[in-house]
Amino acid sequence: MPRKTHVQTEINGEGVEFLCEPRQSLLEILRDELHLTGSKEGCNNGNCGACTVRLGDRIVNSCIVLGVEAEGQQIETIEGIATPEGLHPIQQKFLEHAALQCGICTPGFIVSSKALLEQNPTPNEEEVRFWLAGNLCRCTGYHKIIEAVMDAAKPMNSEVVDNG
Amino acid sequence: MAENKEFKVIGTRPIRHDGIDKVTGRAAYGADIHFPDMLHGKVLRSPYAHARISSIDVSKAASHPAIKCVITSEDLPLVEDTITELGETVINLKHLSDNILASDKALYKGHPVAAVAATDPYAAEEALDMIEVDYEILEPVLDVRQAMEPDAPVLHESLKTESIGKKGDQSQNVASHSQMKHGDLETGFAAADVIVERDFSTATIHQGYIETHNATAQYNEDGELTVWCSTQGAFGVRDQLSKILKMPVSKIKVVPMEIGGGFGGKVQVYIKPIAALLAMKTRKPVKMTMTRTEVFEGTGPAPGSYIRVKLGADTTGKITAAEAHLVFEAGAYPGSAVGAGSLCIFAPYKIDNLQIDGYDVVLNKPKSSAYRAPGAPNACFASECVIDEICQKLDMDPIEFRLINGAKEGDRRCDGPIYPKIGYLETVEAAQNHHHYAESIDIKPNGKLRGRGVASGFWMNGGGRSSVTINVNTDGRINLIEGSTDIGGTRASIAMQAAEVLGISAEDVMPAVGDTDSVGYTGVTGGSRTTFATGIAAINAAEDIRAQMIGVAAKHWELRPSDVRFEDGIFLAQKNGDALRMTFKEVAAAGGPLVGSVTASPGGAGNGFATHIVDLEVDPETGKVDILRYTAIQDVGRAIHPSYAEGQVEGGVAQGVGWALSEGYLYNDEGHMTNASFLDYRMPTSYDLPSIETVLVEVPNPGHPYGVRGAGEVPLVPPLAAIANAVSRAIGVRMTELPMSPDRVLQAMGSI
Repeated sequence: MPRKTHVQTEINGEGVEFLCEPRQSLLEILRDELHLTGSKEGCNNGNCGACTVRLGDRIVNSCIVLGVEAEGQQIETIEGIATPEGLHPIQQKFLEHAALQCGICTPGFIVSSKALLEQNPTPNEEEVRFWLAGNLCRCTGYHKIIEAVMDAAKPMNSEVVDNG
Repeated sequence: MAENKEFKVIGTRPIRHDGIDKVTGRAAYGADIHFPDMLHGKVLRSPYAHARISSIDVSKAASHPAIKCVITSEDLPLVEDTITELGETVINLKHLSDNILASDKALYKGHPVAAVAATDPYAAEEALDMIEVDYEILEPVLDVRQAMEPDAPVLHESLKTESIGKKGDQSQNVASHSQMKHGDLETGFAAADVIVERDFSTATIHQGYIETHNATAQYNEDGELTVWCSTQGAFGVRDQLSKILKMPVSKIKVVPMEIGGGFGGKVQVYIKPIAALLAMKTRKPVKMTMTRTEVFEGTGPAPGSYIRVKLGADTTGKITAAEAHLVFEAGAYPGSAVGAGSLCIFAPYKIDNLQIDGYDVVLNKPKSSAYRAPGAPNACFASECVIDEICQKLDMDPIEFRLINGAKEGDRRCDGPIYPKIGYLETVEAAQNHHHYAESIDIKPNGKLRGRGVASGFWMNGGGRSSVTINVNTDGRINLIEGSTDIGGTRASIAMQAAEVLGISAEDVMPAVGDTDSVGYTGVTGGSRTTFATGIAAINAAEDIRAQMIGVAAKHWELRPSDVRFEDGIFLAQKNGDALRMTFKEVAAAGGPLVGSVTASPGGAGNGFATHIVDLEVDPETGKVDILRYTAIQDVGRAIHPSYAEGQVEGGVAQGVGWALSEGYLYNDEGHMTNASFLDYRMPTSYDLPSIETVLVEVPNPGHPYGVRGAGEVPLVPPLAAIANAVSRAIGVRMTELPMSPDRVLQAMGSI
């Protein structure tokens, strides 16, 4: 067995340390070592987006990032999106719009959508569809996902106004 | 009748009960299982599409320090080469077992030949390379027409064609030939003023569920086997494990975890018996998950097909005769969906003279399995395209043509039954009256070609066995345990039917999916049967609870049960001139825990019909097709939770767009799939699709108390033809091969 590397990182706001084989992907570390199984594996080669997490200031397919690359980074996974105060508006809108069927792609879509709305608070439908093209859903036909994300932009924007 | 009732819960859109778990990442899917001492299983698969297995030497792999067990087909119990009943279907046991681990022959690239269990998944993979298999490579057969030739390489020596009830004596790749006919074709075609006959072909495609197959098995010293897995039906898995492993069903517990999509592809077992066998031999929990490539190469795709349709009509637009010849890829073992395809191909129409011949043909591809309305999309692609061409020849509006020929109550379906109340014409009328159809496609001066297509589709919808247990808690809420795995919101649609009966809110029902030890036998979530059949079980269980609660209220008031009425969730009675009243919660508190358990196997499933309209644009430079607008109209009987009924339609349309335009197994001459990844097997993304407008037509099914027909399958039936008709009209050339990839479109246009 290859020698393991010690990695220090921050996941969902908490300091985390783990031992990692050089060949292990970040997704394997999250799921198999840290038991954060909300990120899903659909393809293991960066095509389906079910494993989407935020690494630093960008979203990545964690199946094609090595675990050792997490050293010194801040990671956000689906488990860190809701807060003690409740669901994130995107999570709430996914429920209200029935934007999930089997739910396996849902964590990836929510992590991706959150990153979109933080970067572009008022996307049009074209922009939402383009942004989410890296996340495959086989159940919904995307229609209700797009509606949910567009609708989620509204409370998030009003929240910004309230705070301002 | 159902349409006169006022509903309190049905037709509303509550938040699904399992929703929070699924938006927070807490929902436990099969691959999320973890045991501290578990082993990891991996499968060695055949690198050849057709080969005789001369020998397998596992000794080197077995000596690997991390390897705890190696198995081959010799470790599976010997089963007979006979047809046996399996749950609600019949299957050849030897074929079932050989597909798990190949015995004498590997019949497709990806066919399992051995498996290992190791302390870590990497060691398991390394060990696979140490298993030495001697193959005698044979010529593969990859095309159904080629497979039917008399000199084609034969896959199974024991396979003799079953042709219209008679068994042949030659070894053949044609497993069966079935025929349906009535009227007289010759007379029918003689009466036609216009006849169109065409050949169509469709590629092998995959269900494309995002979650790959998984199984974790544990075997206890007392002989009890537990399997946690992703499946459309836990009892079906138990039945298959029992047959393959020759174990009594009561020694097997199957725990259905959350399922990440199935669409028909998670009924058949693949790695579950392997995980079980490895667990039995090692006495440790063994976890297995497939890679995406294994899913493409080793699990049931939907059959590719070759179909010829001949249709005649007179100048009034009336169909005079119809003939179809369907040849479906069964894959490595018999059992394609050609029967269902044959049944569906002309089902939306009243046709007096018809003949339908269906052929089930084995070839060197993975054993085909169900995919959403199995067989019907292929079949209706061919028939609905020919109808469109007839309309063009008659210069007739395709909606008008369907109104003339559409089947209605009292007409005979091609396979015999007389239609009860159905809603096909209602979908056609809704299409005709829809603003999409009223508005013409505006031609933009961008050099692109635009076209509109229309097509209809049919699916039987299913019944079958379902079980539900309702426990009433003293706080007035109920637990509802069902045997149906929830793939797309059926916890909500089942709970809502029970809530409607009991006059409580959807939120007062807490639905849960039980394992095979905790709920009664229930068929698979498939065939558009769940909201119908499990719904009826839930309604019956709720009615039992309601009767028990009337008894409780009567006892409380010292009256007879017949003195107590139940209205809108309130128990009412008159006693000595006083109006007595108790709410559901009050009775629940007074009566102590109540339990109602029902198993039901309802017939009376209501057939489903859909009519779709699509506008699209073809780029003559690149051959790329862009969908501009899509309207899907479907008779669902009754939408229990309209959002999830719409979701079924929208998802079916998206899958249809993929099937029509971009999806298909690509094979090289050796029979190797060359696009076994989500990058190269191109399923539609959000950017490939427009918004999909869904119109739910509700013609209640007389066979269900609330009118439910089922919704999941029929939306995948019309899109292939609707899109092909639109492309054909846009470019002025008939498209007959799927997928209509850019190169095929350019070829049709004569550009390349």
